[in-house]
Amino acid sequence: MAGNLLHPLEIDVLSCNTWGMYGNDFPADDTSGGLLGEVEAAETALREAAERGRHGAVGADPAAYFAEVIAADQKVEPRDWMPEAYRATLIRQIAQHAHSEIIGMQPEGNWITRAPSLKRKAILLAKVQDEAGHGLYLYAAAETLGVSRDELVDLLLSGRQKYSSIFNYPTLSWADMGTIGWLVDGAAIVNQVPLCRCSYGPYARAMIRICKEESFHQRQGYEILYTLAHGTPAQREMAQESVNRWWYPSLAMFGPPDTDSTHSAQSMAWKIKRFSNDELRQRFVDMCVGQAEVLGLTLPDPALRWNDERGAYDFTQPDYAELMRVIKGAGPCNRQRMEHRRRAHREGAWVRAAAAAYAAKQANKKEQASKKEKVA
Amino acid sequence: MSEYSEPTGQPGGAPPAPLWEVFVRARRGLAHTHVGSLHAADAELALRNARDLYTRRQEGVSIWVLPAAAITASSPDEKDAFFDPAADKVYRHPTFYEVPEGAAHL
Repeated sequence: MAGNLLHPLEIDVLSCNTWGMYGNDFPADDTSGGLLGEVEAAETALREAAERGRHGAVGADPAAYFAEVIAADQKVEPRDWMPEAYRATLIRQIAQHAHSEIIGMQPEGNWITRAPSLKRKAILLAKVQDEAGHGLYLYAAAETLGVSRDELVDLLLSGRQKYSSIFNYPTLSWADMGTIGWLVDGAAIVNQVPLCRCSYGPYARAMIRICKEESFHQRQGYEILYTLAHGTPAQREMAQESVNRWWYPSLAMFGPPDTDSTHSAQSMAWKIKRFSNDELRQRFVDMCVGQAEVLGLTLPDPALRWNDERGAYDFTQPDYAELMRVIKGAGPCNRQRMEHRRRAHREGAWVRAAAAAYAAKQANKKEQASKKEKVA
Repeated sequence: MSEYSEPTGQPGGAPPAPLWEVFVRARRGLAHTHVGSLHAADAELALRNARDLYTRRQEGVSIWVLPAAAITASSPDEKDAFFDPAADKVYRHPTFYEVPEGAAHL
């Protein structure tokens, strides 16, 4: 991912609060943009939209005002009037995104104790911790739409809401930690960067923060694969085998083809979504080809070739029937992931109860003390 | 769902932990800025959770947490009426005044 480096940033406080905070993470000699450049641009656009402001009243027709805000590329904020379907769509999308981050800790958690060095272990821990953080930013964004955290947790645990199908695949080798970072997080970034411009303010701001952190995830994965691909023949083979297994499930992360995608058109009109599933999938493939070459690994698609006319790579589509099966619960790890999540939640119950009891006890003590003071 | 019956704060379960708004001072010389929110049983836990959630990359040198319930907000519905008094007082801005030619340091 050379070429996607972050620009050195000026300090400015009117922002999503990530502005100026990540300037030290990357060398400053590259300003060519790329995905992180797009995140920066989205953040700039958000600031500019905020500075343009909205003159004029909400007036008697809140629906017209809402349409105006969307048309002017302004952000819709939590207490604004919004169509119920807009609210419901966002809750569904943000919640499922949050669930994916929470479940997404499991495939990598599987390798923390077996990381090949202390350095890799520390990095993997940090990455899994980031994913928990991303889940929490997103739950908080969903809560601004009027759904409670407990409802959201229940929706996941009861299986009424889904998470990304990719996390239902097992992590069989250490190389999978590399491939997940490169392909799975790479696909997630391609999906998520346009969401930094989503019309709903809290979601857009959460996505800006997440995309900046996600970039470390992708690079650490790429570095693992690069190291393996340039190691012993066995390590190289492990890396290639892992890429072979993850390539098509990663392509399926972009969802069904546009012809079958049910939510797309309205989401595009509301500027929740900016590009279609197929457009994003194509962008991902075009990025990966060069990156695979640098790794010295092969993408497992004999039909993959440059199409001069389209200015893009032709590639074999993933098996969408498999995607549907995995979404419906028949993936290799669906049951295991859900059971683990439920158990973790159950086993954490005493911690939540203890924290609440302690808070109540302290509040009570304070109250008693202030009563005594008044009497004295 | 029958296979899952553990209380998670739904009626009959424990009450949900209160919501806290988190403000971070990025560095000396800057004001605390709102960065997001989280749930925690009390202020001390809210502060520790805020550290783990919002300052994993040295994003701050100081954190405030406020119970969200303690915030009083002006509603966007009242936007015009509420902020009207300032709308017709352009003379509060220096650009309102004409400075005669030749007058310096104004």
